Amino acid sequence: MPLDAAARACGAEEVVAALQAEAVLRGITLDVVRNGSRGMVWLEPLVEVETEKGRAGFGPMTAADVGQVFDGGPLALGLVEDLPWMKAQTRLTFARCGVIDPLSLADYRAHGGFVGLERALGMGVEARLADVIASGLRGRGGAGFPTGIKWRTVAAAVADRKYIVCNADEGDSGTFADRMIMEGDPFSVIEGMAIAGITVRATKGFVYIRSEYPDAIAMMTAAVDVAREAGVLGASVAGSGPAFDIEVRVGAGAYVCGEETSLLNSLEGKRGVVRAKPPLPALEGFLGKPTVVNNVISLATIPVIFERGAQAYADFGMGRSRGTIPLQIAGNVARGGLFETAFGMSLGDIVLGLAGGTASGRPVKAVQVGGPLGAYFPPALFDTPFCYEEYAGAGGLVGHAGIVVFDDSADMLAQARFAFEFCAIESCGKCTPCRIGAVRGVETIDRIARGEAAAVPLLTDLCDTMKAGSLCALGGFTPYPVMSALRHFPDDFAKAREAAE
Amino acid sequence: MSGEALDRARIGEIVAAHQGMEGELLPVLHAVQAAFGHVPQAAVPVLAEGLGLTRAEVHGVVSFYHDFREAPAGRHVLRLCRAEACQAMGGDRLALAAQEWLGLDWHQTSADGAVTLEPVFCLGLCACAPAAQVNGRLVGRLDDEKLAALLGGVRS
Ligand SMILES: Cc1cc2nc3c(=O)[nH]c(=O)nc-3n(C[C@H](O)[C@H](O)[C@H](O)COP(=O)(O)O)c2cc1C
Ligand code: SF4
Ligand code: FES
Repeated sequence: MPLDAAARACGAEEVVAALQAEAVLRGITLDVVRNGSRGMVWLEPLVEVETEKGRAGFGPMTAADVGQVFDGGPLALGLVEDLPWMKAQTRLTFARCGVIDPLSLADYRAHGGFVGLERALGMGVEARLADVIASGLRGRGGAGFPTGIKWRTVAAAVADRKYIVCNADEGDSGTFADRMIMEGDPFSVIEGMAIAGITVRATKGFVYIRSEYPDAIAMMTAAVDVAREAGVLGASVAGSGPAFDIEVRVGAGAYVCGEETSLLNSLEGKRGVVRAKPPLPALEGFLGKPTVVNNVISLATIPVIFERGAQAYADFGMGRSRGTIPLQIAGNVARGGLFETAFGMSLGDIVLGLAGGTASGRPVKAVQVGGPLGAYFPPALFDTPFCYEEYAGAGGLVGHAGIVVFDDSADMLAQARFAFEFCAIESCGKCTPCRIGAVRGVETIDRIARGEAAAVPLLTDLCDTMKAGSLCALGGFTPYPVMSALRHFPDDFAKAREAAE
Repeated sequence: MSGEALDRARIGEIVAAHQGMEGELLPVLHAVQAAFGHVPQAAVPVLAEGLGLTRAEVHGVVSFYHDFREAPAGRHVLRLCRAEACQAMGGDRLALAAQEWLGLDWHQTSADGAVTLEPVFCLGLCACAPAAQVNGRLVGRLDDEKLAALLGGVRS
């Protein structure tokens, strides 16, 4: 039974209670193990029964239907591993997620856990850095910066203290990969952080988790305690390495704190205002010390690279986008969830094939990729392969790989307005184009909605100003959703105008 | 012991419990809010003194983050996700219905102190949208029926 927050939000606790009651009625003893989610969120709560042939799935389960788990019925799905969604994936980072008990070190080890760390401990710093670089891993938090290069900078810096910061602020709408792995396989994050720590010679790590994720906070905290008690963390990593320990910190509801320098200020107990770069956090990060800031998925992928080898990881993907990416498919889709696959899948295959089109059954109108700062793609761009460079070329971004689908009832002028509204609410206030521009943007869109055609060039100018004059991507990328909406869906911006005329 | 003296002692305990932490202000503020339901104005100078900061610094941090309340919330807190994946599944319409039914705008608390309505920008439930959170409990696949049940539950 999943204990993942999405499964719980869809009634997993009620299903567990009903299953227990039904088992008592039938005189059966149930051994209930709580695991993470397989990522097939449309099937949650997904009950799995361990059988000789494998794990048989039942879902989406409801408390009223638990009899089917014992007797069979329309909710019986067959073996979970044989479901098309599972078979079509390349689950590397998420291999254990939904399979193991997240807090069982024995389970973790039995499924390949700590093989990467053991191997890394037997290598020198240079060899480890070479592996991370050779894997081609780029930051999964959004900016896509090569992880190995970042680590090399921190490793080369001379300081009395260095830090590893795991960015678990995951504020982008449409994304939940960080949440899922923290809830379903937290030791993989810890293992990745430990490898980072011994490589750059950092002794302390922080996991900064957004407060909107209470379950992930509880799970990560518990996992850190288990790992410390088992000697994985502490005075000597895994009993033979240098010292490294981890502390879990909780954010306070500020989207901008996902930006790495704002996050560092927040960790230091300050306002989450963005810092100017340089200095790079790699050289002057937490409390001015060299700091690796990496996304949860970047770090959770590190053990895979050391377990399977850098080349084996790099063999997946295309162009300069190597390895796998956990696609998070959300919004108005028939099948929403997490699907890990090599880079390169076309957006159309993702949205129409994997996700099965819209939940409403209406045509797809737009797909926002990469969170609230990502562009809206029309179906005309559905052949774009899911890769960093290709998305940039199409005027968008991969970001944290969130994919939000809208049907034809969406009003793209309203979506553009929301992008500005969100930017205004979440701006850290440091630069004028972002702080003031976002408010002006809402006003300008309202003028367009009232039928003022002259406001359209103003909108374009404003976006140019924000792009050029913002310190970080909150102000700098808000023009992506706005301009893509205007470019690809001009009718939605002209409708009001026609009505006015 | 007067109420204020009690508060000071409690805040002092919280500060002491976080001693030795690096950059402890956020954890301290979360603990203060957990203890009092909000970060009382009166706590600011006490925290400033205890942590070796200026009042302006503490106030600046409290006011920067959406999570920290400067006044107590209602007995129930209903948070509705306003972000894109939930919009795509009709979240705006449900939010409007909730606002009308409660007679509250975002961030408002009902006159009888029963409920505070808050926006939230993504709960990570985007594949089972629209999403809500009631007194900390997460709710996915929100529809009219589920919303009516939630609204009924927060009214008293
Ligand atoms: C407004 C804003 C929000 C961001 N939010 C996140 C986030 O929630 N999680 C994340 O990992 N990176 C986020 N980033 C990117 C980080 O600044 C940084 O690039 C990342 O944490 C580096 O880790 P990576 O190289 O492993 O991706 C955000 C950036 C901006 C500008
Ligand atoms: S662009 Fe906006 S959020 Fe980013 S630093 Fe400037 S004001 Fe802050
Ligand atoms: S957008 Fe509403 S839960 Fe993510």
